[in-house]
Amino acid sequence: MANSADAKNEGLIFHPMDQFIVEPLFGAGPVQWYTVTNVTLWMALSVVALILIMVVGTSKRALVPSRAQSVGELAYGFVHKMVEDVAGKDAIPYFPYIMTLFMFIVLSNFLGLLPMSFTTTSHIAVTAVMAMLVFLSVSIIGFVKNGLGFLSLFWISSAPLALRPALALIEIISYFVRPVSHSIRLAGNMMAGHAVIKVFAAFAGVALISPLSVVAITAMYALEILVSFIQAYVFAILTCVYLKDALHPHH
Amino acid sequence: MATKTDVSSSTCVDGYGSAIGMPQLCTDWAGNQVFWLVITLVAIFFVLSRLALPRISAVISERQGTITNDLAAAENLKSEAVQAEEAYKKALEDARLEASKIIEAAKVEIKQELDVAIQKADADISVKAVASEDAISEIRKDALANVKSLAKDITSELVKVLGGKVDAKALTAVINKKMKG
Repeated sequence: MANSADAKNEGLIFHPMDQFIVEPLFGAGPVQWYTVTNVTLWMALSVVALILIMVVGTSKRALVPSRAQSVGELAYGFVHKMVEDVAGKDAIPYFPYIMTLFMFIVLSNFLGLLPMSFTTTSHIAVTAVMAMLVFLSVSIIGFVKNGLGFLSLFWISSAPLALRPALALIEIISYFVRPVSHSIRLAGNMMAGHAVIKVFAAFAGVALISPLSVVAITAMYALEILVSFIQAYVFAILTCVYLKDALHPHH
Repeated sequence: MATKTDVSSSTCVDGYGSAIGMPQLCTDWAGNQVFWLVITLVAIFFVLSRLALPRISAVISERQGTITNDLAAAENLKSEAVQAEEAYKKALEDARLEASKIIEAAKVEIKQELDVAIQKADADISVKAVASEDAISEIRKDALANVKSLAKDITSELVKVLGGKVDAKALTAVINKKMKG
């Protein structure tokens, strides 16, 4: 990607967005829905990482865990506690689904931090699918568990009667904005950090600025490590909050 | 992927293989991404729900069980240790009591033996004293008799020397009388 910029030979020209291009792994040509692309590769690597951490690491079933097993158990305990604390005891059956989302996002985010890698979670198409999955399942669970009583989520009984219609309108709008904010928050955070690192990296080509550039890349990288985890955490905890609304719609 | 220059340009990639605008918003690839995402999520879900999560939850509950058991065992051992200490203290107390009893008994026995020995010694001493007394009175009698005979002899000699005649009966009477007086 960087070479194509050099090919034009126009000095300090950089393309921070080139890292997000989806391209076929084998041969050229248009990207069909079934084409094996870099998306396929990095999603497959996240599955491999998941198997290494959660299955291979715990295969000894040791009472005193090894390092790999502790990582798996920590991830399990972290998400399990989050589901239990935020969404309540009756949300435990949904724990595997939230764990799936959390593990996919956290592993993709961290794999995306490897140099030359492709960050699958930086694309709206990916995060929007997950956000819509959460939105639709939470809405369906809400109506199945509470029937029409789920609509009381929008009718705030603790507010004065005169205010309730206005509040209901606001609540309904915020409810339908949820999947949008849910998906754009994750993709936006991932994209911004990677693009900023790429911009700093392009400045490293100028000898005078390069030390500053290296320092800036290091600092941004540290921040991105933090963001990678926090965004996965935020995505999972918001899913738990929405799930809680579905299970207990009464404020 | 960096060296490709023959990338067929599309609505999102220009002729040089660089992005046009934001690739994240390119709808050309959405189908591909959604397809692989769904496969990935299903794979992760099955790996987690079939393999990883049951195993980890089993390990965690097993560890919890082991910890609880170990704590209970430790509690048992502790109470046993307390009991053992109490038994030891009791044994010590008993032994002390026993020892003082034995000392008391020994004291009594020694005193009895001592008393018997003293009595025996007293008896021996009194017997010996009586015997000594007898011997002394014997000696005294002998001495008296000797004194009498001596006095008789000396007096009769004196009388003879003075030219008198010795009346043995009168002499004896006089001497007995003098010796009494």
